[in-house]
Amino acid sequence: MLSTKEYVAVAQLHEPVEEARLREVIKEFIGRIYQRPPLRSSVKRALRVKTVYEIELLEYEFPYALLRIKCEHGTYVRKLIHDIGLILGVGAHMRELRRIRTGPFKEDSTLVTMHELSEAVYLYRNENDDSALRKTILPAEYIVSHMRKVVVVDGAVSAISHGADLAIPGISMIHENIRRGERVAIFSLKGEIVAVGRALMSTEEVLERRKGIAVKTRRVIMKRGTYPRSWRRKQSK
Amino acid sequence: MSKEDVTREGVKFIRKLDEYGEVNDRFITLKEARTDPTYGKLPTQRSAEELLDLGVVNLDKPPGPTSHEVVAWLKNILGIEKAGHGGTLERP
Repeated sequence: MLSTKEYVAVAQLHEPVEEARLREVIKEFIGRIYQRPPLRSSVKRALRVKTVYEIELLEYEFPYALLRIKCEHGTYVRKLIHDIGLILGVGAHMRELRRIRTGPFKEDSTLVTMHELSEAVYLYRNENDDSALRKTILPAEYIVSHMRKVVVVDGAVSAISHGADLAIPGISMIHENIRRGERVAIFSLKGEIVAVGRALMSTEEVLERRKGIAVKTRRVIMKRGTYPRSWRRKQSK
Repeated sequence: MSKEDVTREGVKFIRKLDEYGEVNDRFITLKEARTDPTYGKLPTQRSAEELLDLGVVNLDKPPGPTSHEVVAWLKNILGIEKAGHGGTLERP
C-alpha cells in the first residue's frame, strides 16, 4: 500500500542537546528531504526525494527523544533520525519504531492482535461461530476509505467490472473536490467497491460537461458477473 | 429489503467509510438512482467466507515474525490462497 505512514519512534542522542535546539532542528526536516535507502534494503539505492508532512517531539529526556512522524511512503525513519543527529552535530540513532498508521488504518477499535485473530478463526473453524471473525475482518472497502469516491448506477457496474471506463451518464453520486489525475474509488449504490481508477475530469468538469469519460478504470475489484450485463440501450429505473 | 432500503443502507455504508478514511468532502448527486437487491450484496451483510475472500484485517503484528511469515501463517490457518500485507517495517 503506497499510502501515507505515521510512526512513533525513539531516537537516542549521542551527546546532550538543549530541548529548544532539538525542536528547532526537527522543524527543519518538515517538507521535502533527500534520502538514499540504507544498505539493508530491498529497493534500488538511488537518491530520492521524500516528503515529511509532520514531525513532532512528544517527549525528551536525554538521551531519548520520542518523536511522532507523518511521512510519504518509502521514507526511512532510521535515516531521518540519523540525519537529525548529523544536523544537531552530536549524532543520533533510532532505538525503536512503531508504525501507528498506514493509509486509513490506525490504532483504533479495528486494530486486532494475532491472538484475537487466531481465536476468531478457531471459533469459526471448530465451533461454527463466525461472530468474532466477522468483527475481526473488515470488508475490503475499508482499504479505499481514504480515497474520494464516485458512486455509479447499477447499469454501469457490470461494464466497469469488465474493465470499461466510467462515463458521466453512469454516475449517481460524486465527491466534491476531485482533481484531474486523482485516484478515485468506484462504488455501487450498495456500497460495494467496484474498481479503482484515475479521474480524467475534476468534479467541476463532470458537473459542467454531462458527457464523456470521467474516470479511467485501473484496477477492477468486483468479480465479473456479480451484476448482470445490461444489454438494453435505455436504462429504466 | 426494498430497493429504497438497500440503496439507503448502501449510501450509509459509503458515508461510514468516508468517516473512517477521514474524507470530509460532500457528495453531489448527479442522478437519483436505486439499486436492485436481486444482485450484489451490502458489504455489512457479507458472510465470514465472503469476508475471507475479500476482506482486510488491521493487524497489530508482534515484533517476532516477519510480515511474510504472518501472511503465510494466516493463509494456512484460514485455508485461503491469496493474502498480502501493507508493507514491511524497517528494523530499528
